[in-house]
Amino acid sequence: MLLINLFCVALIALIVWWFWLYKPKAATHQANNAIVVKDGVYSPARITVPANTATQLTFLRQDKAGCSASLLFPDLDISEELPLDKPVVISLPALAKGEYPFHCQMQMYKGVLLVE
Amino acid sequence: MNTQTTQLLIEGAGCASCVGKIEKALKTVAQVEQAEMNFADRSVMVTGEVEVASLLEAVEKAGYHAILINDQGGADAIDEKEQADAIYYKSLIKHTIVALAVGIPLMIYGLFIGDMTVTNPIQQLVWGAIGVLTLGIMFFSGKHFYTGAWKSFTHHSANMDTLIALGTGTAWVYSMVVVFAPDLLPEMARHVYFEATAMIIGLINLGLALEVKARGKTSAAIKRLIGLQAKTARVIRNGKAVDIDIALVQLNDKVSVRPGEKIPVDGVVVEGSSFIDESMLTGEPIPVEKSVNDDVVAGTLNKLGSLTFTATRVGKDTALAHIITMVKRAQNSKPPIGRMADVISSYFVPAMMIIAIISAMVWLNFGPEPSVGYAIVSAMTILIIACPCALGLATPMSVMVGVGKAAESGVLIRNGEALQTASTITTMILDKTGTITEGAPKITDILVVNGREEQQVLQLAASIEQHSEHPLAQAVVQAATDKGLTLFNVENFTAIAGFGVQAQYQSAQLLFGNEKLMREKGIALSDYQQQAQALAADAKTPMYFAIDGELAAVIAVADPIKADSVAAIARLKSSGIKVIMLTGDNHATATAVAAKVGVDDFFADVLPQDKAKKVAELQALGEVVGMTGDGINDAPALALANVGFAIGTGTDVAIESADITLMRGSLHGLADAIAVSKATLGNIRQNLVGAFIYNAAGIPLAAGVLFPVFGVLLNPVVAGAAMAFSSLTVVSNANRLRFFTPQQH
Repeated sequence: MLLINLFCVALIALIVWWFWLYKPKAATHQANNAIVVKDGVYSPARITVPANTATQLTFLRQDKAGCSASLLFPDLDISEELPLDKPVVISLPALAKGEYPFHCQMQMYKGVLLVE
Repeated sequence: MNTQTTQLLIEGAGCASCVGKIEKALKTVAQVEQAEMNFADRSVMVTGEVEVASLLEAVEKAGYHAILINDQGGADAIDEKEQADAIYYKSLIKHTIVALAVGIPLMIYGLFIGDMTVTNPIQQLVWGAIGVLTLGIMFFSGKHFYTGAWKSFTHHSANMDTLIALGTGTAWVYSMVVVFAPDLLPEMARHVYFEATAMIIGLINLGLALEVKARGKTSAAIKRLIGLQAKTARVIRNGKAVDIDIALVQLNDKVSVRPGEKIPVDGVVVEGSSFIDESMLTGEPIPVEKSVNDDVVAGTLNKLGSLTFTATRVGKDTALAHIITMVKRAQNSKPPIGRMADVISSYFVPAMMIIAIISAMVWLNFGPEPSVGYAIVSAMTILIIACPCALGLATPMSVMVGVGKAAESGVLIRNGEALQTASTITTMILDKTGTITEGAPKITDILVVNGREEQQVLQLAASIEQHSEHPLAQAVVQAATDKGLTLFNVENFTAIAGFGVQAQYQSAQLLFGNEKLMREKGIALSDYQQQAQALAADAKTPMYFAIDGELAAVIAVADPIKADSVAAIARLKSSGIKVIMLTGDNHATATAVAAKVGVDDFFADVLPQDKAKKVAELQALGEVVGMTGDGINDAPALALANVGFAIGTGTDVAIESADITLMRGSLHGLADAIAVSKATLGNIRQNLVGAFIYNAAGIPLAAGVLFPVFGVLLNPVVAGAAMAFSSLTVVSNANRLRFFTPQQH
């Protein structure tokens, strides 16, 4: 039983680290490369763009789930509908350095725009 | 002309070698600076000052078909979305039927025969076969949950799929351990849960399918707006009328419209006259007469006459396209009330995984036998019932329906925050001119002094007022024009803000303005001051006209009160809002108008720059202030107010600047906006309370809080059904808003 309890505690620690503490590497956004919305995630989900430069991000939704159809950048007051299998270009203004999260309406699909 | 980047979707590009061909074709188009194609998503980005039609043509010539991406979200986009939803719905129903076809018989067996334990080799064989069949169900009907969960996991994120995959996966793995190695478990714990796995997958697929159907209805309003767009336009090219796709209409094209047809793009009438039904856009039921030099708006319906107009705004620049974009954006935004649910949702799934583990530990350490079985059931049920879908949907679904509902009544709400704040307004400020009144004043009385001739006085007064932009000045000029009087050229014209105007005609000094101006310039008003007060008491605005330092006439102007202002103000007051009128007019006129329309209070003689101060003063007293004006000269006050309501035609800058735009002139639009915002916020609260109760009550039940007293533990299949239908409940409740009708007027 002690072993099982220790295993459970370790599992809890793993969940905390994996979902909340771990910071995955960000992908530098390449112009013309779409951020694909598929299987419940944005790929890539952490995107780096340069600071103080207007940028365009292209999203391509290949996920049928209704939730994935809405894309929100709450800090930038941007919300867009993503039609299935059709790229949508989001024009971003020149942004100050910082982290700008984006997600679907229910926050099930989550990503971060890192302006560096 | 398009000065920005244009993105096209290319159809028919089947191989990578097409990329060079398409890029080359596009680069031959004049003004194209760059054309880069992304083969992965079949899109091409074109930069340069180009006409979209030329690009589409170039791609066609190269042997492919191009579609403009992200233009105005037209009817085609909606049709495609509906088709995609229909396909998704069918696949979900198919998955549901297959999973339930296995799950239901298994569950009936479990309920009525109850022997789902593995105690001998025959049972091992039978349940092993059922386990393999269930695995097939998991693969066929639940594959999307498992791939979604895995993808999400590799991205260090957890979602609804994670919970379903973990819950059903745990049940299946445990059951297979029971089948293959029952000796590892205590005898009482040798129970299989294949029916739970199949039923949960079936029920959640069913919930998703019904949700897809219900979601489609929430966007009915935007669909109706998009449906207003015409698909073709009849353009006059080389002297001939030709029908072309609406995307190909260019600025300054001459467009012809016959009776019963929709106006395809915005424009100015150059020939003909007709009545246009603008009701779907403005909520105004009476058709409006249009003739030469009048504006026409895309999406409105031409009734009887034929018109030719010059296109002034096309494609995504039309007022209708702006409105559609704005409504879509507002539908996707969230009011502050939803933020707490957002924060909870974003931490919810991993937190529920932790709670499920803790619950399992408690059962294993302190639970009765078979503790392993109870631990598995409890953890699985928590994972299944914990899904925060309903919580996440509670706010956006109501906002989507509420904003759409408002748009149907000609009320454009900018975002969720404006929607929420509008429901809490305690004081509403109404600008008088153009808001309560028609905004088109007319001369009612001319009292000439010392036997002067009325015609001559009016001619001189109009000559000076023709240079003023004040609405009252327009009434004087209009009266002179109506009488066929020729206006003189005056010199040294000066406008004195808030007072009036002065100028010189030949050797005569002309002065036109209010009482304050006359006093400042030392003009004696004698007996006429009393007569002016009498006019003011009758809701007319008296103005004084002086020639060479002597009063020449008192000219009274009245701005008629809109026919339905009184009823609309009564509606606002009946919803508990204090209504205050602001006007630059004198106190007597303001008193008379205030009494006629029944406002609670009013402020007269308010200069345009002081309107914002009044808003601030009321806010300092703790009032939540709504300000209603025409959106241009009231801009500072509109911006400062908690919610700014712009009354306008919806074709100008007001759409972009106001929190809420009332497309029709009637103040009933204001009362409708408040009523819709209150109904929507009420709906959001119901959804949030329902979703919170569902999770807050469901999780302890799943963990087994009732077990020590009542011996009851929530069945995972019941949890699966509850989870599946909780989202559906929220979406259906939001859909109820579609039937909300503001108080009739």
